[in-house]
Amino acid sequence: MIDIDNVTKVFGAGDAAFTALSEVSVTIAENEFFTLLGPSGCGKTTLLRLIAGFEPPTAGAIRLGGRDITRLPPNQRPVNTVFQSYALFPHMSVAQNIAFGLEMLGKPKAEVKSTVDDMLRLVRMEAMRDRRTSEISGGQQQRVALARALAPHPEVLLLDEPLSALDLKLRKEMQIELKRLQSETGITFVFVTHDQEEALTMSDRVAVMSAGEILQVGPPRDIYERPAERFVANFIGESNFLNADLAGDSVTLAAGGTFPVRRPDGVRDGKVSVLVRPEHITLGGAGDTLRSTIENVVYSGEATVAHMVLPTGEPIKARLSNAPQGDGALPGAGSQVTIGLAPGAITVLRD
Amino acid sequence: MVDTAPTTTPAEQRAAKRHPGRAPKGYSMRTLPGFSVIALFTMIVLYAPIMILVIYSFNEGTSLAIWEGFSLRWYRQAAANEAVQDAAIRSLYLAFIASSIGTVAATMAALATTRTRRFPGKTMIYALINQPLMVPEIVTAVALLIVFATIKVWTGHTSMIYLIVAHTAFCIPFAYLPIRARLETMDMSLETAARDLYASPWLTFRKVTLPLMWPGIVAGLMLAFVISLDTVVITEFVKSAGQETLPTYMLGQLRRVVTPEVNAISTVILAAGAILVALFFRLTQRKG
Repeated sequence: MIDIDNVTKVFGAGDAAFTALSEVSVTIAENEFFTLLGPSGCGKTTLLRLIAGFEPPTAGAIRLGGRDITRLPPNQRPVNTVFQSYALFPHMSVAQNIAFGLEMLGKPKAEVKSTVDDMLRLVRMEAMRDRRTSEISGGQQQRVALARALAPHPEVLLLDEPLSALDLKLRKEMQIELKRLQSETGITFVFVTHDQEEALTMSDRVAVMSAGEILQVGPPRDIYERPAERFVANFIGESNFLNADLAGDSVTLAAGGTFPVRRPDGVRDGKVSVLVRPEHITLGGAGDTLRSTIENVVYSGEATVAHMVLPTGEPIKARLSNAPQGDGALPGAGSQVTIGLAPGAITVLRD
Repeated sequence: MVDTAPTTTPAEQRAAKRHPGRAPKGYSMRTLPGFSVIALFTMIVLYAPIMILVIYSFNEGTSLAIWEGFSLRWYRQAAANEAVQDAAIRSLYLAFIASSIGTVAATMAALATTRTRRFPGKTMIYALINQPLMVPEIVTAVALLIVFATIKVWTGHTSMIYLIVAHTAFCIPFAYLPIRARLETMDMSLETAARDLYASPWLTFRKVTLPLMWPGIVAGLMLAFVISLDTVVITEFVKSAGQETLPTYMLGQLRRVVTPEVNAISTVILAAGAILVALFFRLTQRKG
């Protein structure tokens, strides 16, 4: 559907040149909820602006359904955007905002009216149709922005951190709402966010970006459970990084113990970093061999986090679910415990 | 929060005692020493002479200092005076043409300096547009006098065109300021959104940029109009024989006999100007 082919974007020139994207390639499938995830300044919004046509790439090509749209101005692309600031027209009513794209496309009046009605229903804003955009709440503005971008029925909808201005409760509602809209309309969504939880819960696939490059693309489960690099593991969820020795299909931790692992492509035998998620660690099970010293225990409602140190000096933390009515009695700071790793808990990282 | 010990007036300390835990917000006008004295003095200096001018425009007698009773005599006389009529029409005509052309030019300049990518010399252009505000008017007037006098001798042409050109040029920076200010407060993503929603560059301008910058344009137009109506030095230097505007006519009158007729004309100009300035503030303060 969307082919990003070796796209590079450089802002400025000479000494002030800044490479926002360097040789990025990715293919987004039809009807997919695709998320660009990364910290601010990683190039995710730049990539979105290139797809929308607000900026031309410095090098590379962008194709939509096989057609080269690299040099097409934004008004000629069947792509619409929901802006982070919503960018609703303040001199128009809610209905006029939603009608804008259809009118610019030269649709007949009757069709514009019926589509606007459909859109108002879709985002549950029928009662607000004649309000000014300054007279409605942030969440309502967000829904109008969404309706305005969906009204011309684009092939692709681009969403630039559209939920970041909403409070937590509204954000959760809108996440479900967006997912519903995507499946109801069948439009490809490209969603930009720096919120890893948002990316994991909503997306079909996630591309994790850093410093102008895409580090890993995959379904949320792959990204979380099999991150390829330390950056990805660190950015998404909580992580323990341990030193280990890779030999064939097993690793030996520096702290002791040999475990079977999936060996990623392009990693040679020898010293490696491995990832263990804190929730995949158990304490004091029978047959555990790894010893560690508890430094600190933190109760956080649904779980208790134990911060520990391995004999090698490496810090490690375990996230333990709290049992109902449990007394939660964990050994105090300074006690020695044994820790166990769930099968498959160890992921070998590429770097 | 760091606990500092700011110097407070006794009144502020009392206020702080009454509302414990509430930090004093800025200064209170009432507790600033000497505020009322300076404020009163400033208001008197600014407005007392104007009040006296307005009051004596209604004077029955010819004196500017002795009150002889209320009358509209001088307004009637000014309205009936053909020289005044002629000058008033010329002033309005000149202000209308100069402020219109100047506002169109200023609008284009404001768009070019806020809606384009950085280009070499952008800052320079901004400085050049605003320069006439800083050049003393007399310098501009003398420069124009020299150039236009040469052209007049050379071509023998002495129409209003010289005044129109001079006033237009003088109006541009005044019209430019509110338009630029308006454009700077406008969210650029609105125009991006319009392009995204299939509007061509021209439709984006007509449907989004122009309606949103309109209050700025009207404000610029009114400011330019008042400036043109008011300009005396440049007009005096550039005008050809018989091309009196209201300010130059009044200046000429003051050199001969001073009657409250001048007060009456001034009062009318003042009222017109006050209405325009009030509208200007209304338009510039309304949020889009």
